[in-house]
Amino acid sequence: MTEIPEKTEGGTSRRALIAWGGAGLALGAAAAGGAVAMTRGSEDVQTVAAEAGGAIAFHGANQAGIATPVQDRLHFAAFDLATDDRAEFVQMLKDWTAAARRMTAGQAVGEGAYGGLAEAPPDDTGEALGLKPSRLTLTIGFGPGLFEKLGMADRRPDALVDLPQFSGDNLDRNRSGGDVCVQACSDDPQVAVHAVRNLARIGFGKVSVRWSQLGFGKTSSTTPEAQTPRNLLGFKDGTRNIAGTETARLKKFVWVDGTDLDDNSAWMEGGSYLVARRIRMHIEPWDRTSLQEQEDIFGRDKGEGAPVGKAKERDEPFLKAMLPDAHVRLAHPDSNHGATLLRRGYSFTDGTDGLGRLEAGLFFLAYQRDVRKGFIPVQRNLATDALNEYIQHVGSAVFAVPPGVRDKDDWWGRALFSEPSQSSEPSKSSQSSEPSKSSQSSQSSKGA
Amino acid sequence: MRAVRLSVVTAAAAAAALAAVTGCTEKGGSGSGDGAISVTATDDRCEVSKKEFPAGHIELDIENKGSKVTEVYVLFPDDRIVTERENIGPGTKQKVTAEVKAGDYTIACKPGMKGDGIRQAVKATGGKTAKRDPRLDAAVAAYRKYAQEQADTTLPLAKTFAEAVKSGDLEAAKKAYAPSRIGWERTEPVAESFGDIDPKVDVRADGLEAGQEFTGWHRLEKSLWEDKKITAEDKTLADQLITDLTDWQKRVGKAEITPTSMANGAKELLDEVATGKVTGEEERYSHTDLVDFKANVEGAEQSYELLEPVAKENDAALVTELDKRFAALNTLLDKYRADKNSYDFTSYDKVGEADRKQLSDAVNALAEPLSKLAAAVVK
Repeated sequence: MTEIPEKTEGGTSRRALIAWGGAGLALGAAAAGGAVAMTRGSEDVQTVAAEAGGAIAFHGANQAGIATPVQDRLHFAAFDLATDDRAEFVQMLKDWTAAARRMTAGQAVGEGAYGGLAEAPPDDTGEALGLKPSRLTLTIGFGPGLFEKLGMADRRPDALVDLPQFSGDNLDRNRSGGDVCVQACSDDPQVAVHAVRNLARIGFGKVSVRWSQLGFGKTSSTTPEAQTPRNLLGFKDGTRNIAGTETARLKKFVWVDGTDLDDNSAWMEGGSYLVARRIRMHIEPWDRTSLQEQEDIFGRDKGEGAPVGKAKERDEPFLKAMLPDAHVRLAHPDSNHGATLLRRGYSFTDGTDGLGRLEAGLFFLAYQRDVRKGFIPVQRNLATDALNEYIQHVGSAVFAVPPGVRDKDDWWGRALFSEPSQSSEPSKSSQSSEPSKSSQSSQSSKGA
Repeated sequence: MRAVRLSVVTAAAAAAALAAVTGCTEKGGSGSGDGAISVTATDDRCEVSKKEFPAGHIELDIENKGSKVTEVYVLFPDDRIVTERENIGPGTKQKVTAEVKAGDYTIACKPGMKGDGIRQAVKATGGKTAKRDPRLDAAVAAYRKYAQEQADTTLPLAKTFAEAVKSGDLEAAKKAYAPSRIGWERTEPVAESFGDIDPKVDVRADGLEAGQEFTGWHRLEKSLWEDKKITAEDKTLADQLITDLTDWQKRVGKAEITPTSMANGAKELLDEVATGKVTGEEERYSHTDLVDFKANVEGAEQSYELLEPVAKENDAALVTELDKRFAALNTLLDKYRADKNSYDFTSYDKVGEADRKQLSDAVNALAEPLSKLAAAVVK
């Protein structure tokens, strides 16, 4: 997989090339860290919001938390469905949406955390009281199992494939999969944890937490930054991620387009696909690796982060100058037919393991328009990555991330759970396969 | 399985909650603003600045002018504690607050922290006296009867267990162990409200406080399953268990029970399941956790069923949900016993992690809406 760096595909090649910085790096990010991108305009607004601990708009054509400038902290949770009753699940999605709308605005869930009936537990758990919105975003995704379990297999998009086994995978099923996911990103870890905790509480009986992951430091950026975040291996990586303002690249690589879809999957228009991978790093052996070898493995120098033979981090890499198994070389879009991912990964450390080793690594999160043209080919290409000696993929999940919640009457997943855009075969309609039952039963979960 | 102190606090909290039920507790109440009640304690006197005060939030400003360490209590007419402050040293001041409904109370100072104390009768006035839905009174009465029945039926079963221990019959004792606990587990919040019985009969090795003796069911459980022998001390402990349970049987009818405490008790039973049984901590030697689990759920369901008619009027959706969740949990539990009328459950060490997760999920699915029952009953 020592592909030609300078391939061209008409007008897009230029972008793809740049993207590489992003995508190639993207994977770079997979192993390690984040990227940086450029932009301005709305950028400044976001920066101001960040400084003020402000709120990110919840409503929009796309869900927030994807192209949004990457926040500092993460709590990511994957849930199993606990019901096969579609109406009950839909009610929960509405309840979740209402709670998410409030929490992302810095408000407490439901009637709040105090002041209600003394005999009832408060709707909100309270630990985020007095904290700013801290740019909280909540992003929902639907895993492959959801469609089967709710009797709507026909609405599962083709692009939502089960990930194949990759070379070197050592997946723990208790840290993999999930029917629903929620990505909570915030500049304040307590705000992110509060959000997941409250959604899990509302979800009891409808969904149960399968696994969750805290991330303490962003390894990617969707905004230009003075400093590219370093991963736990000490390297800058993912220098050229897709920026939130790069409308064209977002459209090309991230957002699902109507032309990708048939009638049954039309609900995904404006959505994206998310691959989450828990990548454990063998920290201690890495730390004993010579500087030369570390830099060879990445294809960058450690100090500046410049590609081999270049002076600056953002200089265009010359892939052939790198060793054939260098991480950057293999992950680069030019080595992957242009495949480009939007990365939002976070470093994690869950203390130490039973052998005293740092239980740490990268919680890799990548958004893409089609997993088959994004993560899968890139990850396959990384089979010979020199970095593999120091990392191991131990968790994996894939989700279809529906489009955004448009306004106050909209809710997460509405398009999926509404009538399919009348296709020629009404029998395929999800509604026909299973009668809905207790639609009002979950209302009580909202609290008095 | 709680420590005494905790239970006392719980009782006080329950009393406060009870007061709130009457509607006379205004949020953020004035209390201190319109004049706290001064309590001046000496070695032989207990003077209060007011003998009548408005119901609601009250605050006692206590000053110990005596030479002995003292404590001050606010008591219900039956000596149940509304609130208390211990260890008030000579020459020091303390504040204590409480929410009280209209009615008669006693303020007691206990110089030297002994005896019944020096008492002052006081009265909280105004507010609305609880005017309870007669169906709720009936529910409380029925639940009180249930709690008594559980104690009454437990005693013979506990005696069978104790006799087996005393006769040194290891197998018979093991067999009688779990059944002897069912009635207790069904009504545990009531038993715990007495504070002093639970630490004697149901404490676990990990719940012992410094200096506390390990007695009761779990001590014997350890002997039977872990040590695999019955000692002379165990035989004495078996007798002690019966003595303590007899005490429970005598007192259970006098427990303070309200619709709120019933509803919260149901939720507490599920908490017991969630923190002790699902994890296998409760019956760590015998692995009979599912028997306790089932008994806890039955006790919760009993409270719920008695409160259901009123709850349904106030929150029909909640009742629908609770019916469904109770049914789902019971169905799940039935998977772990061959005969639905027996308490012969799968040993919990044979229940794998995935199955435990499933049980835990079902408990959460029930406990979350169950936590809203109290509000649905009193609103």
